[in-house]
This record gives sequence, structure tokens and C-alpha cells, in this order.
Amino acid sequence: MSGMHRNRLKHGGLSLQRAIQLLSAALLNGYIVGFQKGKIFTGGFKTVCVPVLNCYSCPGALGACPIGSLQATLGVKHHFPFYVLGLMTLFGVLLGRLVCGLLCPFGLVQDLLYKILFHKRNVPKKIDRPARYLKYCVLFVLVILLPAFAASESGITPPYFCKYLCPAGTLEGGIPHVLLNPQLRKTAGVLFDWKLLILFFIVLASTIIPRPFCRYLCPLGAFYSLFNRFSFFQMHVDKDKCIGCRACERACPMVVEVTKNCNSAECIRCGKCKTVCPTNAISWNFTGKVPASEPKAIETADKA
Amino acid sequence: MTRLKTVFLARYGFLVTAIILIVIGLARNEQQEVLHKAVRICLECIGIG
Repeated sequence: MSGMHRNRLKHGGLSLQRAIQLLSAALLNGYIVGFQKGKIFTGGFKTVCVPVLNCYSCPGALGACPIGSLQATLGVKHHFPFYVLGLMTLFGVLLGRLVCGLLCPFGLVQDLLYKILFHKRNVPKKIDRPARYLKYCVLFVLVILLPAFAASESGITPPYFCKYLCPAGTLEGGIPHVLLNPQLRKTAGVLFDWKLLILFFIVLASTIIPRPFCRYLCPLGAFYSLFNRFSFFQMHVDKDKCIGCRACERACPMVVEVTKNCNSAECIRCGKCKTVCPTNAISWNFTGKVPASEPKAIETADKA
Repeated sequence: MTRLKTVFLARYGFLVTAIILIVIGLARNEQQEVLHKAVRICLECIGIG
């Protein structure tokens, strides 16, 4: 029996990853009344930032978006965002980019779009590698620097990332509100067209390459990527079991060199490498412990 | 210091830092700022404002 069939956990025809993604999207956006009436949830749970990029103006959203909250704290009150940064650091150190691979609703949208039968392409390395640093620029410039320092006359800075770039806000918040609320429909102008254009390009790109927004633009993914090496959730490759077939690297949507660095900053922990491994050499755990066969490899790498 | 020790220290260092940040934020009532923003439709966030 191949590793793919042996490892794949099925839940009514869904992979484990897809089942968790759907459950997460439903739980995070479970305020059905909002979709019926074109309003948003106003309960106390919105004091809590969810781990994922999920617009708090989505009619179904039950929690607050960490990136939106970070910009709001920096841009309105102009003080250090202890609470939001603390929550983001907590999610990062516990899970790393597992959040991107398993919990993010916009990640799910990109995964589903990639399923569409359309011409698939690989991005050339010389473009792909430098372009991946764009997300760090988005994080530091649009999410932190501009909201913190580029104040308007009123002293309040707009959430630059949300306002000019975030496609999740357009998809989850903008489009439903414009469809459900005639007043908002009248006020939608050039800015809304701009955001629709960005969403269109990301949707189009998602049908051609896997997870383009996560790879190149997502500031939350950029933040969590800083924790991938240190997070409690860790991926492991058993060097004794690995036969070097590189099936894992061919299956990886983020083009990570799994056998060299399975906890790369680019790894979203979707588990596709684990699923396709014919020898079950790839494992993950939440304890942060390194399997017995790996310390030697790490020590060897240290010496080299 | 081996890499394993560095990873271990960084992991628990970040965990403690995160908890301290959250506690300071809660003490400064920052969660209400988050709530204040999150319970209103953010027109800028959805591309209207």
C-alpha cells in the first residue's frame, strides 16, 4: 500500500487538512444572523483576536482580526500594542505557520481555487525567492510603520494594509456588505474597485500557483514564519527512514526543501509532505520534542 | 551551546514574553480597544471608506 493511501486520513472523502480548514472557517465565521441581516457580531468575544487573517467586518466573524487590531491600536491610540502583539506571539510560538496551513479561511479559499483545472505553472526561482520577502515589507511598512507614524491631521491613521491591499477583507467583508446593504452599495467607489481588482488578481493567481497570497503578501504569515523554527509544533524528518525520493518536495505547495529544512519559514504545515511520504519518514508533534534519531543530525549540522 | 538548547530557550522565552505582553495589555484595558474597533463595520477594511 502506498504511503499516500496509508497516511491519508479520510473524513467523509475529505483530507484531514480540508476537514480542519472547513471547520475552522465555519467556527470563525459562525454568526449566521450577520449574513441574513447584513450586520456584524457585536458580542464580547470580539475582544479576542483569532489566530488567522479573518476580517472582523465579515458579517459572520466572531472574533477580531489580529492584523486589523494591530493597525487600529497603532494608528488610533499610537501606543505599543501589548495585548495584540502578545496574542500574535502566543499563536506564533505555539503553532508557527500551522495557522496558515490548517486554520486560515483565506488559505482554504486559495487551496480550493488551485483545484480548478487551469494551466499550472512554477514560478522561476530567481523571481520566487526575492518575491517572498515582499510579505515582510508588507508587515513592516503597511502594518507597523505607516499606521504608527504616518498620522493624518486628525491624528488617526488608516489601516493601510486593510484599506489598500487585504483581499480577505474584500472577500469576507466588502462583497457581502455591498450585496446586503444598499446604502453601502451607493458609497462604494474607486477604492472598492481597486480592492476588487487586487482580489481578482489573487483569485486568478491562485488557480495557477498554490497559495500566492500566503507566499508573497500575507503579513500575518510573515509574522508567524519568524516562529517556525522555535514553535512548540514541529515537523521532523527521520533521516534513517528517508530514501531521498523527494516526493515531499514535489507535493509541497510552498516549494520548501523538506529534506533539508522541514521547519523552513515558508512551511505552512499543511501536511501534504507527510501524506505523500512513502516511508512515513515525516512526522509532526506539538511537544517540540525531537525524535531520538534527529539530535545526531542536528549536532552534525552544528559541527558543519 | 547546541542548537537544541537555543531552540528550547527561544521557545520558552517567546512563550513567557507572549504571556507578559498579554497581561500588560489586559492591565491597560487594551482588549476594549480591540472590541471597540471590531464591533463596528470598518469601512476602510472592506474597501468603502
